[in-house]
Amino acid sequence: MGLLDQRFENGNVFITSVDNLLNWARLSSLWQMQFGLACCAIEMMAASASSFDIMRFGVIPRATPRQADVMFVAGTVTIKMASRIKRLYDQMSEPRYVLSMGSCANCGGPYWEHGYHVLKGVDRVIPVDVYIPGCPPRPEALLEGIIKLQEKIRRESLAKKSA
Amino acid sequence: MTAQEIIDSLTARFGDAIVESKPDAMQPWIRIAPDRIQEVGRFLHDDLALRMDYLSSLSGMDYNNGQLGVVYHLQSLVHKHRIVLKVSVPKEQAHVPTVSGVWGTANWHEREAFDLFGIVFDGHPDPRRILLPDDWEGHPLRKDYQVQEFYHGMKVPY
Repeated sequence: MGLLDQRFENGNVFITSVDNLLNWARLSSLWQMQFGLACCAIEMMAASASSFDIMRFGVIPRATPRQADVMFVAGTVTIKMASRIKRLYDQMSEPRYVLSMGSCANCGGPYWEHGYHVLKGVDRVIPVDVYIPGCPPRPEALLEGIIKLQEKIRRESLAKKSA
Repeated sequence: MTAQEIIDSLTARFGDAIVESKPDAMQPWIRIAPDRIQEVGRFLHDDLALRMDYLSSLSGMDYNNGQLGVVYHLQSLVHKHRIVLKVSVPKEQAHVPTVSGVWGTANWHEREAFDLFGIVFDGHPDPRRILLPDDWEGHPLRKDYQVQEFYHGMKVPY
Protein backbone atom coordinates (compact mmCIF):
# COMPACT_ATOMS: atom_id res chain seq x y z
CA MET A 1 0.00 0.00 0.00
CA GLY A 2 1.29 3.46 -0.87
CA LEU A 3 1.31 6.60 1.26
CA LEU A 4 -1.59 8.17 -0.62
CA ASP A 5 -3.85 5.23 0.16
CA GLN A 6 -3.17 5.68 3.84
CA ARG A 7 -3.92 9.43 3.49
CA PHE A 8 -0.81 10.23 5.61
CA GLU A 9 -2.56 8.92 8.68
CA ASN A 10 0.26 6.56 9.57
CA GLY A 11 1.84 8.01 12.74
CA ASN A 12 5.38 7.78 11.40
CA VAL A 13 4.86 10.21 8.53
CA PHE A 14 5.11 13.97 8.84
CA ILE A 15 4.32 16.51 6.18
CA THR A 16 6.16 19.82 6.25
CA SER A 17 7.83 22.30 3.94
CA VAL A 18 11.54 22.19 3.18
CA ASP A 19 11.87 25.64 4.74
CA ASN A 20 10.39 24.47 7.99
CA LEU A 21 12.49 21.35 8.09
CA LEU A 22 15.76 23.15 7.41
CA ASN A 23 14.98 25.98 9.81
CA TRP A 24 13.99 23.52 12.54
CA ALA A 25 17.22 21.57 12.04
CA ARG A 26 19.37 24.70 12.03
CA LEU A 27 17.85 26.41 15.03
CA SER A 28 17.86 23.25 17.13
CA SER A 29 21.57 22.58 16.88
CA LEU A 30 23.41 25.87 16.90
CA TRP A 31 26.95 24.73 17.40
CA GLN A 32 28.90 27.51 18.93
CA MET A 33 32.32 28.81 17.98
CA GLN A 34 34.05 29.53 21.26
CA PHE A 35 35.23 33.07 21.14
CA GLY A 36 35.87 34.40 24.61
CA LEU A 37 37.85 37.64 24.40
CA ALA A 38 37.34 39.27 27.80
CA CYS A 39 35.17 39.19 30.91
CA CYS A 40 32.04 38.36 28.85
CA ALA A 41 33.66 34.97 28.30
CA ILE A 42 33.22 34.23 32.02
CA GLU A 43 29.47 34.75 31.65
CA MET A 44 29.53 32.63 28.50
CA MET A 45 31.23 29.84 30.47
CA ALA A 46 28.65 30.24 33.25
CA ALA A 47 25.91 29.87 30.65
CA SER A 48 27.53 26.63 29.52
CA ALA A 49 27.75 25.28 33.07
CA SER A 50 25.06 23.32 34.86
CA SER A 51 23.00 26.18 36.35
CA PHE A 52 22.10 27.64 32.98
CA ASP A 53 22.88 24.65 30.77
CA ILE A 54 23.11 26.22 27.34
CA MET A 55 23.11 22.74 25.80
CA ARG A 56 19.34 22.43 26.27
CA PHE A 57 19.09 24.84 23.33
CA GLY A 58 21.31 22.61 21.25
CA VAL A 59 24.29 24.91 21.66
CA ILE A 60 27.47 22.87 21.84
CA PRO A 61 30.83 24.63 22.15
CA ARG A 62 33.25 23.79 19.35
CA ALA A 63 36.90 24.74 19.24
CA THR A 64 37.08 25.11 15.47
CA PRO A 65 35.17 27.36 13.06
CA ARG A 66 34.75 24.47 10.60
CA GLN A 67 32.24 22.75 12.89
CA ALA A 68 30.45 25.85 14.10
CA ASP A 69 27.20 27.53 13.08
CA VAL A 70 27.23 30.56 15.33
CA MET A 71 30.07 32.67 16.63
CA PHE A 72 29.66 34.25 20.06
CA VAL A 73 31.89 37.30 20.06
CA ALA A 74 32.17 37.57 23.83
CA GLY A 75 34.27 40.53 24.83
CA THR A 76 36.44 43.43 23.76
CA VAL A 77 37.53 43.22 20.13
CA THR A 78 40.93 44.84 19.80
CA ILE A 79 42.00 46.10 16.41
CA LYS A 80 44.79 43.56 16.44
CA MET A 81 42.22 40.77 16.97
CA ALA A 82 39.74 42.09 14.37
CA SER A 83 41.54 40.61 11.38
CA ARG A 84 41.67 37.22 13.15
CA ILE A 85 37.93 37.38 13.83
CA LYS A 86 37.32 38.14 10.17
CA ARG A 87 39.42 35.15 9.16
CA LEU A 88 37.67 32.80 11.59
CA TYR A 89 34.29 34.02 10.39
CA ASP A 90 35.33 33.34 6.80
CA GLN A 91 36.32 29.80 7.79
CA MET A 92 32.86 28.99 9.15
CA SER A 93 30.60 27.20 6.70
CA GLU A 94 27.29 28.76 5.71
CA PRO A 95 24.70 29.33 7.02
CA ARG A 96 26.58 31.11 9.76
CA TYR A 97 25.43 33.49 12.42
CA VAL A 98 27.13 35.97 14.73
CA LEU A 99 26.02 36.85 18.21
CA SER A 100 27.69 39.95 19.59
CA MET A 101 27.84 39.70 23.36
CA GLY A 102 28.33 42.73 25.60
CA SER A 103 28.84 46.44 25.11
CA CYS A 104 32.43 46.13 23.89
CA ALA A 105 31.58 43.86 20.98
CA ASN A 106 28.44 45.89 20.24
CA CYS A 107 29.94 49.37 20.08
CA GLY A 108 33.28 49.59 21.88
CA GLY A 109 31.72 49.84 25.34
CA PRO A 110 33.78 51.82 27.88
CA TYR A 111 36.59 52.12 25.33
CA TRP A 112 34.50 54.08 22.84
CA GLU A 113 36.31 57.39 23.32
CA HIS A 114 39.88 56.81 24.49
CA GLY A 115 40.36 53.19 23.48
CA TYR A 116 42.65 53.69 20.50
CA HIS A 117 43.21 49.93 20.40
CA VAL A 118 39.55 48.80 20.46
CA LEU A 119 37.38 48.21 17.43
CA LYS A 120 34.19 50.20 18.05
CA GLY A 121 31.82 47.34 17.37
CA VAL A 122 32.51 43.95 15.81
CA ASP A 123 29.94 44.81 13.10
CA ARG A 124 32.66 46.90 11.48
CA VAL A 125 34.33 43.68 10.28
CA ILE A 126 31.63 40.96 10.25
CA PRO A 127 27.81 41.06 10.02
CA VAL A 128 26.04 40.60 13.36
CA ASP A 129 22.66 38.88 13.78
CA VAL A 130 21.91 39.50 17.44
CA TYR A 131 23.33 42.13 19.81
CA ILE A 132 23.19 41.37 23.54
CA PRO A 133 23.57 44.51 25.69
CA GLY A 134 25.21 44.43 29.10
CA CYS A 135 28.62 44.80 30.69
CA PRO A 136 28.86 41.88 30.92
CA PRO A 137 25.41 40.45 30.12
CA ARG A 138 24.15 37.87 32.59
CA PRO A 139 23.88 34.28 31.36
CA GLU A 140 20.09 34.73 31.15
CA ALA A 141 20.68 37.54 28.65
CA LEU A 142 22.86 35.25 26.56
CA LEU A 143 20.12 32.61 26.63
CA GLU A 144 17.61 35.22 25.50
CA GLY A 145 19.99 36.19 22.70
CA ILE A 146 20.05 32.56 21.55
CA ILE A 147 16.24 32.44 21.63
CA LYS A 148 16.13 35.64 19.53
CA LEU A 149 18.53 34.07 17.05
CA GLN A 150 16.34 30.97 16.90
CA GLU A 151 13.31 33.17 16.17
CA LYS A 152 15.25 34.81 13.40
CA ILE A 153 16.25 31.47 11.89
CA ARG A 154 12.67 30.22 12.15
CA ARG A 155 11.56 33.04 9.81
CA GLU A 156 14.20 32.27 7.17
CA SER A 157 13.31 30.98 3.74
CA LEU A 158 15.23 29.35 0.92
CA ALA A 159 13.41 31.50 -1.60
CA LYS A 160 13.96 34.79 0.21
CA LYS A 161 17.52 35.56 1.16
CA SER A 162 17.89 37.11 4.58
CA ALA A 163 20.87 38.57 6.37
CA MET B 1 70.76 50.79 53.49
CA THR B 2 68.71 53.95 53.78
CA ALA B 3 67.90 55.98 50.68
CA GLN B 4 70.41 58.65 51.75
CA GLU B 5 73.19 56.06 52.01
CA ILE B 6 72.36 54.71 48.55
CA ILE B 7 72.40 58.25 47.13
CA ASP B 8 75.71 58.98 48.89
CA SER B 9 77.36 55.85 47.57
CA LEU B 10 76.20 56.64 44.02
CA THR B 11 77.32 60.25 44.30
CA ALA B 12 80.74 59.15 45.51
CA ARG B 13 81.19 56.94 42.48
CA PHE B 14 79.30 58.73 39.69
CA GLY B 15 79.32 62.31 40.98
CA ASP B 16 78.64 64.04 37.64
CA ALA B 17 76.01 61.48 36.53
CA ILE B 18 73.67 62.33 39.41
CA VAL B 19 71.55 65.24 38.24
CA GLU B 20 69.12 65.53 41.13
CA SER B 21 67.92 63.47 44.06
CA LYS B 22 65.15 63.51 46.66
CA PRO B 23 65.84 61.19 49.60
CA ASP B 24 62.82 62.32 51.69
CA ALA B 25 60.16 61.44 49.10
CA MET B 26 57.77 58.61 49.82
CA GLN B 27 59.69 56.68 47.20
CA PRO B 28 63.16 58.27 47.26
CA TRP B 29 64.47 58.92 43.77
CA ILE B 30 67.60 59.88 41.89
CA ARG B 31 67.69 61.54 38.48
CA ILE B 32 70.53 60.18 36.35
CA ALA B 33 72.09 61.54 33.16
CA PRO B 34 70.52 59.35 30.43
CA ASP B 35 73.82 58.30 28.84
CA ARG B 36 75.12 56.96 32.20
CA ILE B 37 72.12 54.78 33.11
CA GLN B 38 73.79 51.58 31.97
CA GLU B 39 76.88 51.84 34.16
CA VAL B 40 74.87 53.13 37.15
CA GLY B 41 72.49 50.20 36.73
CA ARG B 42 75.33 47.72 36.45
CA PHE B 43 76.93 49.08 39.62
CA LEU B 44 73.64 49.03 41.56
CA HIS B 45 73.05 45.46 40.44
CA ASP B 46 76.53 44.07 41.06
CA ASP B 47 77.78 45.94 44.14
CA LEU B 48 77.55 43.58 47.11
CA ALA B 49 76.40 46.29 49.52
CA LEU B 50 73.65 47.50 47.19
CA ARG B 51 72.66 44.33 45.27
CA MET B 52 69.62 45.81 43.48
CA ASP B 53 68.74 42.49 41.89
CA TYR B 54 65.07 43.16 41.17
CA LEU B 55 63.70 45.68 38.67
CA SER B 56 60.09 45.70 39.81
CA SER B 57 58.92 48.19 37.20
CA LEU B 58 60.18 50.24 34.29
CA SER B 59 57.78 52.97 33.21
CA GLY B 60 57.64 55.54 30.46
CA MET B 61 56.60 59.12 31.16
CA ASP B 62 55.48 62.13 29.16
CA TYR B 63 56.05 65.20 31.34
CA ASN B 64 54.12 67.37 28.86
CA ASN B 65 56.93 69.95 28.72
CA GLY B 66 58.82 68.55 25.77
CA GLN B 67 60.49 65.90 27.91
CA LEU B 68 59.95 62.16 27.96
CA GLY B 69 61.17 60.09 30.87
CA VAL B 70 61.88 56.59 32.05
CA VAL B 71 61.41 55.56 35.69
CA TYR B 72 63.11 52.49 37.12
CA HIS B 73 61.79 51.02 40.38
CA LEU B 74 64.58 48.98 41.90
CA GLN B 75 64.55 46.70 44.86
CA SER B 76 67.05 44.46 46.60
CA LEU B 77 65.63 41.13 47.62
CA VAL B 78 68.85 40.50 49.58
CA HIS B 79 69.08 43.71 51.61
CA LYS B 80 65.36 44.68 51.53
CA HIS B 81 65.99 48.23 50.39
CA ARG B 82 64.70 50.08 47.36
CA ILE B 83 65.35 53.15 45.23
CA VAL B 84 63.87 54.82 42.17
CA LEU B 85 65.95 55.99 39.23
CA LYS B 86 64.70 58.53 36.72
CA VAL B 87 66.02 59.78 33.43
CA SER B 88 64.50 62.36 31.12
CA VAL B 89 65.24 63.07 27.48
CA PRO B 90 63.91 65.62 24.98
CA LYS B 91 60.97 64.41 22.91
CA GLU B 92 62.73 64.96 19.57
CA GLN B 93 65.81 62.98 20.70
CA ALA B 94 64.16 60.28 22.81
CA HIS B 95 67.09 57.87 23.06
CA VAL B 96 67.99 56.05 26.29
CA PRO B 97 70.55 53.21 26.54
CA THR B 98 68.97 49.86 27.30
CA VAL B 99 69.35 48.19 30.71
CA SER B 100 68.06 44.84 29.45
CA GLY B 101 71.58 43.46 29.82
CA VAL B 102 71.52 44.28 33.52
CA TRP B 103 67.96 43.20 34.37
CA GLY B 104 66.32 40.74 31.98
CA THR B 105 62.92 42.09 32.98
CA ALA B 106 63.76 45.34 31.23
CA ASN B 107 63.58 43.67 27.83
CA TRP B 108 59.77 43.59 27.58
CA HIS B 109 59.28 46.69 29.74
CA GLU B 110 61.44 48.72 27.38
CA ARG B 111 59.55 47.37 24.39
CA GLU B 112 56.35 48.56 26.05
CA ALA B 113 57.79 52.01 26.75
CA PHE B 114 58.89 52.19 23.13
CA ASP B 115 55.49 51.03 21.92
CA LEU B 116 53.44 53.53 23.92
CA PHE B 117 55.83 56.50 24.29
CA GLY B 118 58.23 56.17 21.38
CA ILE B 119 61.31 56.13 23.59
CA VAL B 120 64.08 54.34 21.67
CA PHE B 121 66.27 52.12 23.81
CA ASP B 122 69.69 52.03 22.17
CA GLY B 123 71.29 48.59 22.14
CA HIS B 124 68.03 46.75 22.85
CA PRO B 125 68.25 43.13 21.54
CA ASP B 126 64.69 43.08 20.15
CA PRO B 127 63.42 46.63 19.56
CA ARG B 128 59.93 45.83 18.25
CA ARG B 129 56.52 46.98 19.43
CA ILE B 130 55.06 44.62 22.02
CA LEU B 131 51.34 45.39 22.28
CA LEU B 132 50.19 47.28 19.20
CA PRO B 133 50.46 45.98 15.63
CA ASP B 134 53.88 46.45 14.04
CA ASP B 135 52.54 48.90 11.45
CA TRP B 136 50.63 51.11 13.89
CA GLU B 137 51.16 54.86 13.54
CA GLY B 138 52.27 56.90 16.52
CA HIS B 139 52.72 56.23 20.22
CA PRO B 140 49.38 56.38 22.06
CA LEU B 141 50.38 57.45 25.57
CA ARG B 142 52.12 60.61 24.41
CA LYS B 143 50.15 63.68 25.43
CA ASP B 144 50.01 65.02 21.87
CA TYR B 145 48.89 61.70 20.35
CA GLN B 146 46.26 61.82 17.61
CA VAL B 147 44.71 58.48 16.76
CA GLN B 148 44.83 57.43 13.13
CA GLU B 149 41.57 57.48 11.14
CA PHE B 150 41.86 54.04 9.55
CA TYR B 151 43.86 50.87 10.17
CA HIS B 152 43.78 48.37 7.27
CA GLY B 153 40.39 49.70 6.16
CA MET B 154 38.87 49.55 9.66
CA LYS B 155 37.72 52.86 11.06
CA VAL B 156 39.47 53.44 14.39
CA PRO B 157 37.66 56.38 16.09
CA TYR B 158 34.09 55.91 17.28
